[in-house]
Amino acid sequence: MLNKLKERIIIICGHYGAGKTNVAVNLALFAAEKGKKVTIADLDVVNPYFRTADNAKELREKGIRCIIPQYANTNVDIPSIPAEFLSVFHGDDFSVIDVGGDDGAIALSVYKEKFESSGYEMLYVYNACRPLTAELDEAEQSLRDIEAMSRLKVGYIINNTNLGEETTAETVKKGEEICKALSERTGVPFLGNTVFKTVKGLDIDSVIPMDNATKQLF
Amino acid sequence: MGEKMLMKGNEVIGEAAIRAGCRYFFGYPITPQTELSEYLAKKMPKVGGLCLQAESEVSAINMVLGCNAAGERAFTSSSSPGISLKSEGVSYIIGSDLPCVIVNVQRGGPGLGGIQPAQSDYLQATKALGHGDMHFIVLAPAYVQEIATLMGEAFDLADLYRTPVMLLADGALGQMMEPVDFTAKKERTLPEKTWAACGHVNKREHNIVNSLYISPEVLEQTVLDRYERYKTIEENEVQYDEYMTEDAEICIVAYGITARIAKTAVKAAREKGIKAGLFRPITLWPYPKKELAALSEKVEKFLVVEMNMGQMVDDVKVATNCRKPVEFFGRTGGVIPTPAEILAKIEEMNGGAN
Repeated sequence: MLNKLKERIIIICGHYGAGKTNVAVNLALFAAEKGKKVTIADLDVVNPYFRTADNAKELREKGIRCIIPQYANTNVDIPSIPAEFLSVFHGDDFSVIDVGGDDGAIALSVYKEKFESSGYEMLYVYNACRPLTAELDEAEQSLRDIEAMSRLKVGYIINNTNLGEETTAETVKKGEEICKALSERTGVPFLGNTVFKTVKGLDIDSVIPMDNATKQLF
Repeated sequence: MGEKMLMKGNEVIGEAAIRAGCRYFFGYPITPQTELSEYLAKKMPKVGGLCLQAESEVSAINMVLGCNAAGERAFTSSSSPGISLKSEGVSYIIGSDLPCVIVNVQRGGPGLGGIQPAQSDYLQATKALGHGDMHFIVLAPAYVQEIATLMGEAFDLADLYRTPVMLLADGALGQMMEPVDFTAKKERTLPEKTWAACGHVNKREHNIVNSLYISPEVLEQTVLDRYERYKTIEENEVQYDEYMTEDAEICIVAYGITARIAKTAVKAAREKGIKAGLFRPITLWPYPKKELAALSEKVEKFLVVEMNMGQMVDDVKVATNCRKPVEFFGRTGGVIPTPAEILAKIEEMNGGAN
């Protein structure tokens, strides 16, 4: 997968609950394992729980630089983006940017010119098991809304369709079909599937090895 | 949405309300339940319903009062500080014998508190959200799937007993995603809303919805009649769940998300040879008193686990008539207890680590 991504700045966008943080964290870990110098930036200004910050310790142990808003996972209810975020546009780190769902993409728009001059790949993560985006028309609308909101263009579609631990091969294939139809309709290429390692017996290739990065409460 | 979907608790609240035929939502945004408003803002117009962001929580609850007075299903939602603001309206709704559904996705308190999950509104929900002699039904889901079932049930119970019903969740349940299907819930025969102020079309007398009773005797009788209804609710509507209680010596009592964390601790304790079990009240009012009393004949000790400072402990002591010792373990302020912490407490009660 990494050889398909021509740019060093990778933006992970998508609808609410599509699995953006999981894809972002696993992509950062995978790139680091392949020897890249990696930065991950949490640009989510909409979601108060279950964030990149939950994985900061593990990521830092693997040598990944984490840019995380100060308020993330604290009791402070004021979304903000740290000034440190601008460092993504300097240097040569492979930089994974985890964006908030739906309207959260607006946080990208202020950096439009910087993204364009540095070069970027925006990956649209899709989960067909999520409400409000389950149908092809809705998926297309969501992708277009995110482009409009961020003032950036989606470069690839990723199928992250899952039902958590209840995911079956059929679940993934259902999402893959919609992603391919979405790709045909929008002209945005389909990159492939992302599937949790823990879900056994799927026999489906994952474009990056996926561990569940979501904080487990029980 | 015939097949299973992966949904956030907050989204499920909204979807289940729509499926229960509710077409009116009045709310004011607050973390950690705002996804509900956002979901309904997108979904309600598609089903011919209304999702309205009121200018305040006080306003929202009074819109719910008005809408229910007209015989329509309407609900509101908030998180802890916002629920406190609604308390006056809730008391007026009870005083007017109106149905309504209120959702509290709890966060840490008191005051503005924090935005992380908590269960520290237990006493407020079960004892006194508002002034006057009163009760209302409190449902505590522990699974995203259970939110779907209980939210539908909440509207039916509200109509059946002309009372507010509160869905008491917490930030973790609101935010977490789990597979859910909206299976058919219990079918109930609901009474016609002959009391609704929805236009008499010259066919009947005016229906007046009011909570003001000038004569003490009339007010007393109204309250007594209401308490007769409460008795029926206590007899018929108790819900609870049990896990490995048959031979349990140490029985955890926990509700909501905490019960699921406790369940992991019970499994771990069993692996260590400790006979632990879990009793999970689903209705916090009416409280499963009889069932806990029966359990107190069998178990040796109770352990209440909550995300607060022990607000349910006295309910367990009263239900069991203090027959067995009741201990407590909890975290508060938005901190979620871990299975390991609960296990350590079980081991301590069992006389030290095995």
